[in-house]
Amino acid sequence: MRKGTRDVLLILVPLVAAFALLPFVYSNHLLLFNFIIFIVLAQGVNVIYGFTGYLPFGYVGFFGAGAYGFSLMVLHLQAPPFLAIVVGAMASLVLALVLTPLFRLSGAYFSIANLAASLAVLQVVANPNLENYTRGPYGISLSGIFNPPLAYASAVAILAATLFAVIFLRNSKFGLALQAIREDSISASMAGINVVRERVIAWLLSALIAGLAGSVFAWYASVFYPETVFSGEFTIFAIVFALFGGTATVVGPILGVVILYGIYNAVGISTPQYFQLIYGALIIGLVLFLPNGLVSVLRRWGIDVP
Amino acid sequence: MLTYTLLAGLLFGLYFTLIGLGLNLVFGVMRIVNLAHGDFLMLGAFLAFWLFSLFAINPIPTIPVAFAVFLLLGFPLYYLLVPRLLRAKDPEMLSFILFFGLSQVIQALATILWGTSERSIPGGQLGRAVAAILSFVTGRTIENGPIEIFGQSFPAAWVASGVASGIGVLLVYWYLYRTKLGYLTRAVMVSRDEAIASGIDVDRISAIAFGFGLGLAAVAGVFAPFLLGSITPAMGAEVTITSFAVIVIGSLGNPLGTLLGGLVYGISYMFMQSYYSSWANLLPYLLLIAVLLLRPNGLLGRQARRA
Repeated sequence: MRKGTRDVLLILVPLVAAFALLPFVYSNHLLLFNFIIFIVLAQGVNVIYGFTGYLPFGYVGFFGAGAYGFSLMVLHLQAPPFLAIVVGAMASLVLALVLTPLFRLSGAYFSIANLAASLAVLQVVANPNLENYTRGPYGISLSGIFNPPLAYASAVAILAATLFAVIFLRNSKFGLALQAIREDSISASMAGINVVRERVIAWLLSALIAGLAGSVFAWYASVFYPETVFSGEFTIFAIVFALFGGTATVVGPILGVVILYGIYNAVGISTPQYFQLIYGALIIGLVLFLPNGLVSVLRRWGIDVP
Repeated sequence: MLTYTLLAGLLFGLYFTLIGLGLNLVFGVMRIVNLAHGDFLMLGAFLAFWLFSLFAINPIPTIPVAFAVFLLLGFPLYYLLVPRLLRAKDPEMLSFILFFGLSQVIQALATILWGTSERSIPGGQLGRAVAAILSFVTGRTIENGPIEIFGQSFPAAWVASGVASGIGVLLVYWYLYRTKLGYLTRAVMVSRDEAIASGIDVDRISAIAFGFGLGLAAVAGVFAPFLLGSITPAMGAEVTITSFAVIVIGSLGNPLGTLLGGLVYGISYMFMQSYYSSWANLLPYLLLIAVLLLRPNGLLGRQARRA
């Protein structure tokens, strides 16, 4: 694990330290928090799409499940936030387990089914008939546990854990096995890899990451609607960020979030439709001319990218 | 109630078939997922809306116009996007992201041009055209109003949309199964590589299929104000999901399956609306997942789609 140690020291420690210290010098904490959330989500997409090749088009379902698992624990059982985060992550894991049969599908079928699943969960959560349980379409309000500094600190911890997991995948035999499955699942299974088990583990890990992000997002935001935490934008942003930087690497998704989400915050808030236009055009250009992400350019120059 | 639900389901089912056909054609021929399908439908809807509100042109004559405009639009768009995409390592997955980008561009342009307000065309307009056509054909004066079928009365706009969709669907099948070009198109659907090997100009066939797909979406869009409710630039995403449900139920890449999928979808949608209206929105997603898991090849599928 010498390479892994190097990655921890050169990527994880500086990034986590930066996000831990920036609030003291930069006042827009919400923006910093969003950066953390998107790095975590982009890495979550990276785990499943980058390493196994399955594009989770309904990834936000796990984020929303985490947010609602967290909120319902707090609302109905008055659970302390840290316990509720664990429950939110569990909710997301349960959803992922329920959805494991989707792995019988390949390619586009998987993505479509995953998208449908996330929308189905949204329809259930937002259904007016369930108002007594989920507050239906009227949204969640968690003013009792509102504590942004602590929620922010938890987000930084989740960021550290996520980066650690991805660094492990990048440098371990397990990550290598996943990539072998992605390239050719039959050859991989002939080489003695348990294809189904490894895929499911990656899937659960990816869902766990999104569930944690969702829980801490619910805590930080405290007031939100079902459409907020099940918004397809989370999925798309996370996928595009990961893809823009380069998947199956540690730095790729981070680069993607820092650059693209940075641009978004510079121009996107004031004129959303113009931003949408630029963003769409950027995505098209990206897929056509740089399908392997920024890191592929670096690789072409002979730089080894962790 | 039961007859009403069944008949309404049939009308909507035909319409959903029309919505799904274009998407299925594109997927079947190119193995790419046109996530902007619903946005082309939205553009068709706006074309009908503007022709009506600026020049008082009835939606019926708009249908061929919409089809031709979007068919022609399809060619440059195909050559701009698809051949490059197909050269990538994983085109099926990347097409998701690429066409999502296209959908964003279309939505943004539509929002910049027309704003976000909801618009609609009065349903009576379509009814009046239908009444005029019926009067002309039968030689009797027919009043504009609800149409009675088996003792149940339906808005004329529904019947007209359903019938026109049915005709559209028939034309597509005629094209696919009775013309030379359709024959070549089906060859590419079965195996792209073998089609190239037998000397078929796959790019040309694909470009035509792509244009056809957009044209069909636009035609479906003309009826959208009557069947789907008011139109907005952001309506596309939901339509795309519905079309996916329809074609997956049938089976991806099989045009006959789309008809079955559309009818199954339309009828079950109407049943949900009549008996469990608050849960009706859940239906497309559940049907989609259930069909994918129970019969991964769709109801009419042959090829395996297992991982």
